[in-house]
Amino acid sequence: MTAPAYSKKDFMSDQLIRWCPGCGDYSILSQVQTVFSKLGIRKEKYVVVSGIGCSSRFPYYMDTYGFHTIHGRAPAFATGVKCTNPDLSVWVVTGDGDSLSIGGNHMAHVLRRNVDLNILLFNNRIYGLTKGQYSPTSEVGKVTKSTPMGSLDRPMNPVSFALGSGATCVMRSIDILAPHLRSTIEAAQEHKGATFVEIYQNCNIFNDGAFASFTDKAQRDDRLLFLEHGKPMVWGKTFRKGLQLQGLELVIVDCETAEDEAACLAHDQTSLALAHLLAGLDPDQGFPVPLGTLYKIDAPSYETQFKKQAEASVAKLGAGDLTALLHSGDTWTV
Amino acid sequence: MSNPSPTPERVVVRFAGDSGDGMQLAGSQFTRTTALAGNDLATLPDFPAEIRAPAGTRGGVSGFQIQFASKHIHTPGDEADALVAMNAAALVTNLTSIKKGGLVIVNSDKFGRIDLGKAELETNPLEDGSLSDFVAFQVPISSMTREAVEPFGLNRKHADRCKNFFALGIVYWLYGRSLETTEAWIQKKFQAPFLEANLAALRAGHAFAETAEMAEHQRIVGAADFETGEYRNITGNMGLALGLTAAATNSGRDVFYGTYPITPASDILHALARFKNYGVLTFQAEDEIAAVCAAIGASYAGAIGTTGTSGPGLALKAEAIGLAVMAELPLIVINVQRAGPSTGMPTKTEQADLLQTMFGRNGESPCAVISASRPNDTFEVAYEAARLAVKYMTPVVVLSDGYIANGAEPWSIPDVGSLPAIEFPPAPTDPEGFLPYQRDEATLARPWVVPGTPGFEHRIGGLEKEDLTGNVSYDPQNHEHMTIVREEKLKRLQSALPEVTPFGSDKGTLIVGWGSTYGAIRTVTERLLSEGHDVAHLHLRHIHPFAPNLGEVLGRYDKVLVPELNRGQLTMLLRHTFLVDAECVSKIQGQPFRTTELHERILSHMSSTEVR
Ligand code: SF4
Repeated sequence: MTAPAYSKKDFMSDQLIRWCPGCGDYSILSQVQTVFSKLGIRKEKYVVVSGIGCSSRFPYYMDTYGFHTIHGRAPAFATGVKCTNPDLSVWVVTGDGDSLSIGGNHMAHVLRRNVDLNILLFNNRIYGLTKGQYSPTSEVGKVTKSTPMGSLDRPMNPVSFALGSGATCVMRSIDILAPHLRSTIEAAQEHKGATFVEIYQNCNIFNDGAFASFTDKAQRDDRLLFLEHGKPMVWGKTFRKGLQLQGLELVIVDCETAEDEAACLAHDQTSLALAHLLAGLDPDQGFPVPLGTLYKIDAPSYETQFKKQAEASVAKLGAGDLTALLHSGDTWTV
Repeated sequence: MSNPSPTPERVVVRFAGDSGDGMQLAGSQFTRTTALAGNDLATLPDFPAEIRAPAGTRGGVSGFQIQFASKHIHTPGDEADALVAMNAAALVTNLTSIKKGGLVIVNSDKFGRIDLGKAELETNPLEDGSLSDFVAFQVPISSMTREAVEPFGLNRKHADRCKNFFALGIVYWLYGRSLETTEAWIQKKFQAPFLEANLAALRAGHAFAETAEMAEHQRIVGAADFETGEYRNITGNMGLALGLTAAATNSGRDVFYGTYPITPASDILHALARFKNYGVLTFQAEDEIAAVCAAIGASYAGAIGTTGTSGPGLALKAEAIGLAVMAELPLIVINVQRAGPSTGMPTKTEQADLLQTMFGRNGESPCAVISASRPNDTFEVAYEAARLAVKYMTPVVVLSDGYIANGAEPWSIPDVGSLPAIEFPPAPTDPEGFLPYQRDEATLARPWVVPGTPGFEHRIGGLEKEDLTGNVSYDPQNHEHMTIVREEKLKRLQSALPEVTPFGSDKGTLIVGWGSTYGAIRTVTERLLSEGHDVAHLHLRHIHPFAPNLGEVLGRYDKVLVPELNRGQLTMLLRHTFLVDAECVSKIQGQPFRTTELHERILSHMSSTEVR
């Protein structure tokens, strides 16, 4: 069945949205609703699964099938859903605490298994729902209610974590970059297998401006690197810059001419080594923030093979005959 | 000999040897032959705790016990009438479980100085009088086996491997068994030269027993009186796996089994993983939590979500089970209990998770709880769990334990056509006005509308649900109402349960049990009845909710005794629910009740009040 022409409104539920005014979650919700209306997928096929946290309220605001589960476990629930019915378009909405702290284990495993899920990780580098404790992505020294003298733990890099877990598709976008976010969400659905999308999301109540250094309008153009497969990695409005490989490191070079730009390293989204280098770029050291598809390879998705094994078993042994099974092995008649 | 009759009603035989000696194989072969000879039987393997303990040590001893009889029996027996011990460690670790005057056949080749050292023995039990209470036969099993297989050119290691068949040959002769079944099995299983060698060892053992002076110890147990039908041996874990598989084929829904390996439940996964063509999907998750969560996700998507574990795993799954209670989705949770707390004694049995199962979740979160009581009712129990989970849209916890899981007994294979139907809550047809928490009037189950169904898009989750709409609600009255409705749903389930009828007397003492104590309690009850006591046995399958007439039944008796392998958990529930003065007969040693011990303890409880 082909999908009818939907509008964004078709994906807006009747529930009152309870996020704080000004929260970055609003923009993400709006982009997702827009993209869902355009993907050509029938509405009943979408399932949004979430864990616990501000972001995890998401399913209630989508007029689709939705399951708001328990803290950190959304990937496991979603795995059960997708393996039972691979026909569904299953989305996992999670936050940095939900998916990297309490649920880090499940996130690692769902990525390595390559279950065909679209995972949207709203990274606001703080615990919002519990009112402002530091999170596993908070910077060292973060002063919060639970860390009056500053946090001690070194932060986790979500994209490096995903790559290290064996993810087959890793992307990044930002709540306020609406068009880029929409195209990223679309690309997530296109990938067959687990897609990990880190979305920088501003929590204007407990961690306002966490990403301002590269999202403020004034600096944005000089700080963001939009990755395109096969194209040289260059950026900047006032000054054009590009990335080149020197030894095992990426270095910044100034680009004065079109030739200079063409000589920069082209993005190869199939290179795991390059993806790791991009993931590790430190904005505090003057490096740009790479956005878009950092890594994407084709690999068989888990649920497809899961179902194939069942089909192969039927092909080999025939559809199970319960009577025959119960009477198999050593039996005797009285 | 403890049983001087040449045709006793029952015999208990124990095989013991090093893990590498093939004792489980010898035991299972003896079991097959015994079953085909028409005896009733029950078996129990006794695995060493370590996977590969050093050969010849006490820690490496692997045992297998079988009781077989010409009448119906309920347990693998207490003390054995006969022991086959393949080395010094096997002899010393098993001697206390042999009847005085019992038959002991030892492999005398394995009592050298080094063997005794490994078994931590300072003197040789073959010489120091340890065997004076028994009828002992010292048989050089290793060397006689080597001789028997010599023509087939096996190296020493391979030749030694045939010795379990030599021992089995002796035991076959002792109990008048034909070699046919095992010969056919060897022919199917092995290739030259091992085929010939194993056959030769088996026949040599048999011939040896015939020529040795064993004739006066030969015992013949007649066939038991079984109802007609087809039978097979079944372990508790296999019965659960088959019951779930039956639920898949009879419901038309996939059974999704999400689990994480854990002793003693893993064999359920191993069995189900081979039944994919029956609509069984198995998923080995990254941990216990993911296992149950994936199962709940599967239920949400329309499969019968199932997870299996043991006590520590159940603790980890608690929060997710609470979600299934709140979301009102079908879920089966199998808990094959083992001795705790913490890691406890993983290979030993216990029944101490009952209260965890009942109450081990946050909030008021009632689940149905049903319990298997022996290997041959596990099929029915698993199937019933699926039926209840789906019909009432509720989690159902199935309790088994290590003793049921690994024990085996004959099972009358049910007629597939006679299994009760698996009914679903009525499916709504009109998306207009659809309410995800509008309940079926009879069962109070909410509809099971799965993603992919056009027009019925809705959201569920762990936040309290508003009645009917399922929207998030913090309304105080609504929370109380929904809590009571979730409770009431299980009362509806209760009203559809069969009534219970005790076995035995209708007055006097009632012995109430649950789980794997069934065999011991039933055996003791039969004995007490034959001794003239007013006593009855009631074994509970339905623990939450209880059978509708349980309170009334308890009220008929002067005394209620509850033997359990814990410190009084069912006792507590009975006392709380029915205000009866139930007395616990507790044992917590990682071992089942022995019938002699239970008989004694019940008598002492009874003697305080019983007038005879
Ligand atoms: S606390 Fe922060 S993340 Fe949560 S809703 Fe408010 S602004 Fe958004």
